[in-house]
Amino acid sequence: MSDSLVAAVSILFFGVAYGMVLYLVSVGLSVTMGLMGVVNLAHGVFATAGGYVATALMMSFGVPFLPAVVGGMIGAVILSIPLEWLLYRRLYGGDELDQVLLTIGLVFMSVAVCKFFWGPLAQPFQPPQWLSGSITVAGRQFPAFRSFVILAGAVVFAVLWLGLERTRFGAQIRAAVDNRRMAQSVGINTSQLFTWTFALGSALAALGGSLGAEILAIEPAYALEHLVYFLIVVSVGGLGSIRGPFFAALLLGVADTGFKYLLPDFGAFFIYAITLVVLLVRPRGLFGLA
Amino acid sequence: MHKLLVSAPALLIAFGTAASAQTVKIGVINTLSGPDVQQGEMLERGLELYDKLHAKDLGGVKVELVKRDDTGLNPDTAKRLAQELVTRDHVNLITGFVWSPNFMAVAPVATQGKVPMVSLNAAALPAVGMSPFMVRTSFTLTQQAYPLGKWAAKQGYKKAYTAATDYAPGNEGAAAFTKSFTEAGGQVIGSVKFPAPPQTPDFAPFLQKVKDAKPDVLYVFVPAGAQATSVLRAVHDLDFKGAGITVISTEDLDPDEEFPNIGSLGVGLVTSGVYDSDATRPGNKEFVADYYKQYGTKLAPDFETADAWSGMKMIFDMIKATKGKFTGEQAMDFFSHYKDSNGPKGEWLIDPSTRQIVQNVYMRRLEMRNGKLFDTEFDNLGLMDAMGQPYAAK
Repeated sequence: MSDSLVAAVSILFFGVAYGMVLYLVSVGLSVTMGLMGVVNLAHGVFATAGGYVATALMMSFGVPFLPAVVGGMIGAVILSIPLEWLLYRRLYGGDELDQVLLTIGLVFMSVAVCKFFWGPLAQPFQPPQWLSGSITVAGRQFPAFRSFVILAGAVVFAVLWLGLERTRFGAQIRAAVDNRRMAQSVGINTSQLFTWTFALGSALAALGGSLGAEILAIEPAYALEHLVYFLIVVSVGGLGSIRGPFFAALLLGVADTGFKYLLPDFGAFFIYAITLVVLLVRPRGLFGLA
Repeated sequence: MHKLLVSAPALLIAFGTAASAQTVKIGVINTLSGPDVQQGEMLERGLELYDKLHAKDLGGVKVELVKRDDTGLNPDTAKRLAQELVTRDHVNLITGFVWSPNFMAVAPVATQGKVPMVSLNAAALPAVGMSPFMVRTSFTLTQQAYPLGKWAAKQGYKKAYTAATDYAPGNEGAAAFTKSFTEAGGQVIGSVKFPAPPQTPDFAPFLQKVKDAKPDVLYVFVPAGAQATSVLRAVHDLDFKGAGITVISTEDLDPDEEFPNIGSLGVGLVTSGVYDSDATRPGNKEFVADYYKQYGTKLAPDFETADAWSGMKMIFDMIKATKGKFTGEQAMDFFSHYKDSNGPKGEWLIDPSTRQIVQNVYMRRLEMRNGKLFDTEFDNLGLMDAMGQPYAAK
């Protein structure tokens, strides 16, 4: 293979793996923002929670990798339902400044809580034996764990896409995103719908957090450190969409990796530039509802 | 007004020293919280241990440690803490310093207040030259990376790549390696820089770039601690071994306390360094035994612990020699001529002309014995000065 082709394959592979993690964490944020109109800056907290629960299960209790990831998702759901009832419910349709202040407060609290229980260090994460090392595809080696992350992201995207298009629950979500009052008046229990969508979004964030622990290390400030990227994925992708964040996350992941690979000295400069241009041309994001 | 402000600390110190002859106040600026607390913890242990075991040998002079937390790579915070320690707490000297940028930031305080600053870890080469009141008992990256480049060329590696964290010690080590490797006839075909703390970078894409370039050998540097394990895991996952790329480093890539996490990922890794806890020197055996007695065997002491221990020994010896009554100049004069023949790191001394540390640089290899990782010294390159050149006493 020529050198530039080798570089392109590397960028694409690592970029897609990174993008998948961003997608898993952000898709729930996109749907809940579109659905409930809540600017939930604390969404990353559920990814952090999932990551901490999963790594703790693996490292301290010897739980195998996949059950530990599921455990992390369950943990995030258990955390999200009371939070939705107690706090988020009061914000629906409310003042945006209130939403931002409350949710950023939750982020700071989560940073302190994680530090208190787990200490300030990034959690040690060891992928299971069957996912360490690399696999060979077309005469080229790819790290096995990242290949698995890509696969998992693609499967989740397909399931969500089909679920939203083909199931009754999905139809209800679409209806409520389009016009909440109309959905309510035709008899959809939007309050219950919100709770379950919120829980689903949190579970997906937890999945992203624990699957992506090697790419975005699980540490107390996780929800704050990566918040900007989650928000970029959502705003570039467009609110309330499943497809939008997917392509936005891939674009962001590949571009970020590519610029780090080719022009490391510029850091994250180009990502912000791309975001700016996309939002200037399409203020509602690539797939946003007009 | 400005003049007054500058001279006030100096006055206060002179006054403070005279008034409390029997108590020496030592300020400690260390990283006690934040994402990089692991390094601060390893340093703290060496410092505390020496204080605990040897406070009684000071002939009645009391030592009071005044501890401050710089929370990580924060030069501004470190400078503010140093100013407060000097003007408010009237400390006689300041030690600690995990981070080079933090250490360099306190240079003006050292000069203006005539307060000695003893770095127990910060390693950037130019730091001690920035004030006549600065000295270190750790190492410089050049000291380890320059001989390493020479060694690598001698092994027959022709094409090298460098990868290092983008801050002073990282860039300095990569430059030193590049210099000696090229001087010895090798070729450095590229370099990458990792984002500096507090970011925890994803190393794999950077290392993939290295792999794609197909060098014979990769010189890599990251600040010690958990990042070392992440790098070694990425190297393993990308199968550098299969691609015929040897990874070598300075001792930051195999800090002893990370061995349980590194495990089989590290087997065969060659590093140049000044300290490993498995060394069989008598000075080290004694130190390691004391350490395990105090802290248990869960975390092995690493170079930060040994450097902190050595630094405290130097400071305590100075206090003993002056009976606790010293000016900044007197302390610096003592430090500049300091020699220790039997420390955990072996023989070491401070070069009077540069105030830089001179010590043995060892070549080490990680080996697995009975399921446990050991760092085995297979070559002693002898006493090296801060530039990584063999030291000849002047």
